[in-house]
Amino acid sequence: MSSKSDSSFLQFKNVKKSYDQKTLVVKDFNLDVKKGEFVTLLGPSGSGKTTVLMMLAGFESITSGDITIQGESIKRTAPYRRNIGMVFQSYALFPHLTVSENLGYPLSVRKLDKSDIKAKVGNYLKLIELEAFGDRYPGQLSGGQRQRVALARALIYEPRLVLMDEPLGALDKKLREQMQFEISHLHHRLGFTVIYVTHDQTEALTMSSRIAVFNNGVVQQCAPPDDLYERPSNAFVAGFIGENNFISGNVSAHKKKTVSVAVPGGRKIVAQNADVGSGEKNCIISIRPEKIFIQPTAHAYDNEITAKFVARYYVGDFIRYNFRLADRTEITVKVLNDLAAPEFSEDEDAKLVWLTKDCFAFRKERQ
Amino acid sequence: MSKFPHYFSIWDKASHYGLKWTAWAVLFFLMLPILVIIPLSFNVEPYFTFTDGMLRLDPDAYSLRWYKEIFSDDKWVLAIQNSFFIGIFAALLATVIGTVAAVGLSRPEMPFKRLITALLLSPMIVPLIIIAAGMFFFYTRFNLVGSYLGLIIAHATLGTPFVIITVTAALTGFDRSLYNAALSAGAAPLKAFWDIVVPLIRPGVISGGLFAFVTSFDEVVLVLFLAGPGQRTIPKQMFSGLREQINPTILAVATLLIVVSVAFLMTLEFLRRRAERIRSGQ
Repeated sequence: MSSKSDSSFLQFKNVKKSYDQKTLVVKDFNLDVKKGEFVTLLGPSGSGKTTVLMMLAGFESITSGDITIQGESIKRTAPYRRNIGMVFQSYALFPHLTVSENLGYPLSVRKLDKSDIKAKVGNYLKLIELEAFGDRYPGQLSGGQRQRVALARALIYEPRLVLMDEPLGALDKKLREQMQFEISHLHHRLGFTVIYVTHDQTEALTMSSRIAVFNNGVVQQCAPPDDLYERPSNAFVAGFIGENNFISGNVSAHKKKTVSVAVPGGRKIVAQNADVGSGEKNCIISIRPEKIFIQPTAHAYDNEITAKFVARYYVGDFIRYNFRLADRTEITVKVLNDLAAPEFSEDEDAKLVWLTKDCFAFRKERQ
Repeated sequence: MSKFPHYFSIWDKASHYGLKWTAWAVLFFLMLPILVIIPLSFNVEPYFTFTDGMLRLDPDAYSLRWYKEIFSDDKWVLAIQNSFFIGIFAALLATVIGTVAAVGLSRPEMPFKRLITALLLSPMIVPLIIIAAGMFFFYTRFNLVGSYLGLIIAHATLGTPFVIITVTAALTGFDRSLYNAALSAGAAPLKAFWDIVVPLIRPGVISGGLFAFVTSFDEVVLVLFLAGPGQRTIPKQMFSGLREQINPTILAVATLLIVVSVAFLMTLEFLRRRAERIRSGQ
């Protein structure tokens, strides 16, 4: 095999999926995953991320293109021969089997010795800290415990790949955060390769080595979490990942990596160019609420605009300000809750400043 | 008077009791003809009426005479054997066919779902006499009239719709990701079906099978058309017994049938509760 397939463990090559032979749910999906990576497919519902996972698991057919694992196409391999572990959103624990029997099922299917199965089930019960629960039925467990059993059942036969389809979607916020930590912990400890599907970006950002952001069946950007957050490559990613402010303006000058943009209520703003073409006149500038500072400030800055104060909300660890530009664009600013958080009266003018490296210019989407 | 909310007027209370007593009256009307059979079957005299002795609760007025008569009469013994033999095999056949059909029909990719379902359920809707006549002419070609096989197939046809209905109901509550989970765990489709799907729909399968058995057990029209003297079943024997020799043997048989039916109903209820328990996971 070529050197490329050595470096990538799992490969999607031009994968397309259509249910009705007319519209594509997944359009030309390409992705290389290295062994041991934790890759998340993130996107709004209906973006095609679950379909990709189902094709990988073998529950949906591939319309065109190919998926390879260790250089071999899995297109003609039946789901039960793919040796892929899967964690379902509904947990899919077998309700008529005990926790131990659930964990032992993949092993008994593989015709392991009874004593080996028992030992291994014991190990995994220990791993998920449910040693005392082996004889219980799934219905007698709490949501978080069921989730851990589902996870252990997908890992116990040491599959070459583990798929997770919104596994934490049914849990409450606190439990979800705890399970995120536990999954990452197991991933670091056991080193399996994960393809994780979610629409929760916090989950994606905290757990993944790389995130593929889906929209309308197309991957918008595939990058490590910090890249995705700090350097979004288009307006969709900038808006989908985290909170963001968008200001539309007119391009006045193109430089190598930056563009100068005239915006309402300010002079010229210099922003990093993400995907604005050289001939384009209109663009959108994005700037994160926590990267904006309110004058007077000790922080260095490159850009400054004037905006009218609208409201100030006390959130707890930070304070949220709403401002309005001349064209009624809302600007949100987050300031840490300390003595530097200023007070304004309504419609008072404020000066907002930020660095060029924190703001990006995007092509205006044609709606 | 704390039983009623304070805002209840006299008319509300009257209608409360009116409804209650009407309900009891309806239940009484439905059950009395059945219940009255039970004491009469213990009558020592060969009559269908309560004797003075029975009304006085005189122990000598009661006996197991008619029950002994059933089991000493070759005709009745054969009928009982036939009913169970035909009923059990018809139920087994109907259970297999009905379960497989329901599983196939529950798959989203199944074409002509409604048409096939309608065809499979048609034995429940088409008048029995028409099925019986059709089967009679059809079976004569294959020499199945007057044979056990013929009756078993015929009764299985009647029982299959019940199995399809109960198994389909069990499958609607079935989470398909359980089956997918078994596949991804490495189980081949048949093994996944047997290990995961079958245990979870088992209550539906069993209650469908029991319905199929009861359907065969009290069916008389097809038996009249298709059975020879060797295949006479309990209902057929009762039917001819009513005309030939009027005595409380029939009441004794009827009492036994009531006991069997009640046993079946209780089994069904037990299965239903267990299925609910499994689902809620206790």
